[in-house]
This record gives sequence, C-alpha cells and structure tokens, in this order.
Amino acid sequence: MERLKIATVWLGGCAGCHMSFLDLDEFLIDLAGKIELVYSPIADVKEYPEGVDVCLIEGAVCNEDNLELIHKIRARTKVLVSFGDCAVTANVPAMRNQLGLDNAESVLQCAYVTNAQYNPVKPKEDGIVPPLLEKVQPVHAVVHVEYFLPGCPPPADRIKALMVQVLEGKTPKLEGTQLKFG
Amino acid sequence: MAAKTLTIDGKQISAEEGASVLQAASEAGITIPTLCHLEGVYDVGACRLCLIEVKGIPKLLPACTTKVAEGMEVSTDSERLRKYRRMTLELLFAERNHVCAVCVANGHCELQTLAYSLGMDHVRYDYNFPKWGVDTTHRLFGMDHNRCILCARCVRTCWHVEGAGTKNVAGRGSKSKIISDLNQPWGHSESCTECGKCVMSCPTGALFRKGSTVGESERDRTKLEFIVTAREKKQWNA
Repeated sequence: MERLKIATVWLGGCAGCHMSFLDLDEFLIDLAGKIELVYSPIADVKEYPEGVDVCLIEGAVCNEDNLELIHKIRARTKVLVSFGDCAVTANVPAMRNQLGLDNAESVLQCAYVTNAQYNPVKPKEDGIVPPLLEKVQPVHAVVHVEYFLPGCPPPADRIKALMVQVLEGKTPKLEGTQLKFG
Repeated sequence: MAAKTLTIDGKQISAEEGASVLQAASEAGITIPTLCHLEGVYDVGACRLCLIEVKGIPKLLPACTTKVAEGMEVSTDSERLRKYRRMTLELLFAERNHVCAVCVANGHCELQTLAYSLGMDHVRYDYNFPKWGVDTTHRLFGMDHNRCILCARCVRTCWHVEGAGTKNVAGRGSKSKIISDLNQPWGHSESCTECGKCVMSCPTGALFRKGSTVGESERDRTKLEFIVTAREKKQWNA
C-alpha cells in the first residue's frame, strides 16, 4: 500500500498544536509506518510539495506569507484539516481585529515602540518580515477546509481519533467533548 | 388546576395548565437545549435555542415561553430544528468575542458546552470582532461584554431574586448591553448590594468574580437554588 502523503503547517499560532501532536507518543511510531511526512515545521522541507493527501493546518491567517502559503496548500492538497482553535476560529491572534482596521499598525506600535525599552522601531524588512494582514481570519474564511479539529490545543487523543479515521479513508467524526473549544 | 394532555416527540404527556412546554418536557424526561432559561426566574425566550415545532403552526416557537395546550403535538428534535439551533449557536459565537482559550469560564461555560454537545465544529459566519470593554470598577466582580450573549439571566436574577434592580439591558440589537443603574460603572452603582447572584446566574464568562483565573470560575448556584426552593416550596434547606 502506498503511504499517505501528510503535511503539517504552522501559520499564526503558538506551536502548541504541534507540541500536542508530538504528545501522540508511541502512536507516532505507528504513524511513521503508515505515512510519509512531506512538509512540516518538524521536518526540514523548504517548498510545499505537489500531490499532498492530508494537511493539518495550525494557526490563523495573519500575514501575507500565511495567505500565500494557504492558497498554495489548497491547490496542492486533497484534504485540509483546521488543526486547533487558531485555525478554526482565529482565536487569540484575531483579538487584534477588535482594534479596528488600522490594528496591524497599532499592534506593532504598541509592541515595538510604545512598550519598547530599547531601540523603539517598528519591524520592516521587505522580503524578510511579512506584512500583517488588515484582519486575522480563520482558515476556512480564506480557503475551503474539509475537516475541523478544535481545541487549544487539541489533546493528543483527539488528534489520534481524527488521524485514525483519516488514515482509514473515512470522513472523521468527532463528537461531544472531542469538539470542545478552548 | 386543570391538566392538559399533549404529545412531545410522540410521547403522551399530561401537564398542569399554565406550564410551559419546556417544563412539561423536562418533567417527562425529555431534554431541550436551553441557554437563557434559569430555574427560579421567569422566561423571556431570548436565546432561541429551545425552539420547537408545534403541529399546525408554521413558525418555530420557544419551548420556554410557549404554554401547553390540550391536544398539542410538539416535536423537539428534527432536521429543521437541528439546523436552526446550530445556526443560532454559530451566530452567538460570531456576534461578540468568545475566545474560549483565554476565558475565565473555559470548562465551566454553558455556551461552550452546548456548542460541543450540539456538534458545532466551526462557525460558518464571519466573526464580527466588535470592540467591547471590560468593566472592572466593582470591588468584587467584573463584567466582560465580549463574552455576553444577552440572555438577561443576570437582569432577571437581580430584579426578581435579589430585588435590587441594578442590572438592565440598554440599546438595541447586537449593540445592546448589560448596564448597571443608569449606565454607569458598576463600581459606582448605589443600588448594587454586592450579593453576587448575577455572577452565579451567568452562563458564560461575561460576569465573573475578581481573582478567579481561567478554569477556576465554576458557578456555585447553591445560594440561588436555596432562595428559589424557599420561595416556591417553603422549604429552607440549609
């Protein structure tokens, strides 16, 4: 049997969902036998490949890099899974949306100038520091998403429940507390 | 009082005249999801989660404010009802800023619990991301308007259990807000007795006791239940 090509990606999030993924412990060994990890923050791959079967997306769409990558992922992947609350609801990264349409500038001003102890300057380096989007969005507000895995972070057993079903080619069904936000 | 016979989900039920469909269902062991309903205070039909179908009436009716009637045929679960309940829930989440991960009520929230029990895995509507403040002027309690779903449990509890009349609803539509006295900082309120019953009644993290951190904000309703039982059954169960 050909191994499923799996990718995981880290957009605007804290990496907690990936930490929870690593909490799968010995299931990771089983998983390693069944999948090929083709792109991930825990694998050294520079370019998102073509023909990916399933991609777990951590984080909200916050900046222009995120936006470009998510469109590339959609074009090159069969099944997208919003992985964790930031991807599903935009969560904490989206709290800056409450500050209105000039929030991108005001959060930078607040973090790097107003409250800076040394060298108060807003980060700007074309081609290196990606500009923030006007509004932080959950992934499904930008591209079509097949499945949702809520939780901040989703506990390892919840990730496992979803992965087992996905690996069997089923439409994953999560119920009750397996869908708890936060 | 006269009894009425009706069917709920095909089950023959008799209920007292004047009882709500919600009461009748609950006595028959049939659960209808609710959010603004709170035992001991009158119902207002604010949250629309308890919507039911009544044969012969094309629109959906809230179970909490619909009285039982002779021969009524009620359905509490159908494809149509599930669709509307899910929609209502998603709209509640989209309307204000419900960030479960950093909410004082995470793990003790009735909105959060309903969302997962009704299978809500994401919100299909655009989030509003409105700008609301947090009133922390009160010595003991705080009010976070970001988490408020305008169920008005606190208002009804403040007026009809405590009898203080501090809390009110001001404004219209999604811009409505819970106010203290004449829309002044809670800490400046002269009518607030600091009893904390509004905090006990709140289903979400909108009203909280100061000093409670994420996950600590378990609702202790024993005091509310004590008063309601005393009032309704004349039993003072300490």
